[in-house]
Amino acid sequence: MKRLLGVLLLLVAGQLQAVDFDYRLSARPIAKNVYAFIGKTEDFTTDNGGNIVNTAFIVAPQGVIVIDSGPSLRYGQQMRRAIAAVTAKPIALVINTHHHPDHFLGNQAFADLPIAALAETRDGIAADGNAFAENLYRMSGDWMKGTEVQLPGRTLSAGIVEVAGRRLRLVALDGHTGADLVVVDAASGVVFAGDLAFNGRAPTTPHADVGHWLKALDQLEALTRETGFKVLLPGHGVPSADAGPIRQTRAWLTWLSAAMRSAAKDGLDMNDVLARPLPAEFARLPVAASEYRRSVGHLFPAAELQALGAKP
Amino acid sequence: MKYPLTIAAIALAALMPPAEAAALRESGDPLDSARWSDMQKAFLAGAPVLFDPRVKVIAPSTAENPMQVPVTVDATALPGVAEVVVFADFNPIVQVLRFFPEDAPAFLGFRVKLQQSTPVRAAVRTADGVWHVGGTWVNTVGGGCTAPSAAGGSKEWQQRLNEVSGRQWSDGPNAGRLRMRIVHPMDTGLVAGTPAFFLEEINFADAAGKRLMRVQTYEPVSENPVFTLQRVSADGPVEATGRDNNGNAFTARIDQ
Repeated sequence: MKRLLGVLLLLVAGQLQAVDFDYRLSARPIAKNVYAFIGKTEDFTTDNGGNIVNTAFIVAPQGVIVIDSGPSLRYGQQMRRAIAAVTAKPIALVINTHHHPDHFLGNQAFADLPIAALAETRDGIAADGNAFAENLYRMSGDWMKGTEVQLPGRTLSAGIVEVAGRRLRLVALDGHTGADLVVVDAASGVVFAGDLAFNGRAPTTPHADVGHWLKALDQLEALTRETGFKVLLPGHGVPSADAGPIRQTRAWLTWLSAAMRSAAKDGLDMNDVLARPLPAEFARLPVAASEYRRSVGHLFPAAELQALGAKP
Repeated sequence: MKYPLTIAAIALAALMPPAEAAALRESGDPLDSARWSDMQKAFLAGAPVLFDPRVKVIAPSTAENPMQVPVTVDATALPGVAEVVVFADFNPIVQVLRFFPEDAPAFLGFRVKLQQSTPVRAAVRTADGVWHVGGTWVNTVGGGCTAPSAAGGSKEWQQRLNEVSGRQWSDGPNAGRLRMRIVHPMDTGLVAGTPAFFLEEINFADAAGKRLMRVQTYEPVSENPVFTLQRVSADGPVEATGRDNNGNAFTARIDQ
């Protein structure tokens, strides 16, 4: 009986540990004075609390530049504490690379600071932010407690900006969403790619324009060929010293869009398309099966329209 | 739990592969839905019912877009199909569509709006008056029936209402297949200020005027409906005719 109680206690303790809502963020140095918090290559769950995304910060001469704020208020708060453990410098600016919830729902923790994004990203957060947050409450559960949308107050545009004594090159691309900001930090050689690049994880496509995305990947790859390039930080998956994640993302998107087109041309119904097996090289990517299913919903209707000779 | 089968069902089971025969039953909803007895009363009242694995309802277990959930009903393994009624137990409007296969097999693909997670079922009436029921659960985040149609946000659909596009496939793995899309908002009437406005009937006939299938559609069918039919053979063009609940009619020819 005592042994049974002990087992039960252990089980309860295990449960408690699983729900302490600590993301256990630890800043990983990826270049000189540049750190990233690397998320899991999973989908949102009540276990990971939405920590499936990469966020980062640059320790600039006069302050800290934060790139993306994570999926929840708790994440933002814990991120802020983890940054303070690395540097005593104040945070000068928070940048949201695009309007997907895992990249901006931590903004609330930085509400006292300037938060900036491209104009379309700001509009996207204003339009869809609450629906996104609702969806994450459903998927990540209590990790989301207290999380509300905090709009970026500043608008960014493409070009060179100087922040806290650091020159950043802002490259405005699109394709993953309607506005995808790439930040190039010449001093460290880091290219912050946002969700234009996925590494070792199937890309997500809820707001994708695949044609635009592929063009953006070419531009992104060109940035990795510039002198001084050292590290590419994808939005999901580990950082890379080369354009590997770009090529991976391109291969997935090229296959996916061709698969949608040929399926529509062959007269397949959406359920036929969903039932198709994935080619081995893509099937082994984490969350490949679920992202494929979601992407069929996002991308097949347009391919179908074309195959049926309908006007868009 | 085991339920006794009637003599007719036992006879039927004897003709089926053992795995399918084992799944055949007359009571005890295999989808375990609290709404089943209401559904049975509403759609199948008084007639004999058989849960039958030969009625295949294919839909994703999780719907990415609750406004466009793909559903395929395949009852081609059943002989003598007279009528198929498709319904979703927990939808605010449960009846999705009915179809009456004539010269085409009992196969239809379409998309539906789902408001919440629900069984999606097809009840297939065979010539002997028995309803054969199949179905599947679809999980969805909801909002499918009370969210406005995309057409609500633009005026363009008014010029393109009932515009039909489509194709037939005469060779390859999908030989005999016909796919058709119609521009229509399919408004459910559940969105404030937007009355119910939906296609009610579509008929498919071959070049000789012989009817392939009659389809009665209801509010839950998705905006700009897309239908997939299977012909015995893709023999010549198909004429599609139909109308909505406001009396707007259409006629279109679908070539190969």
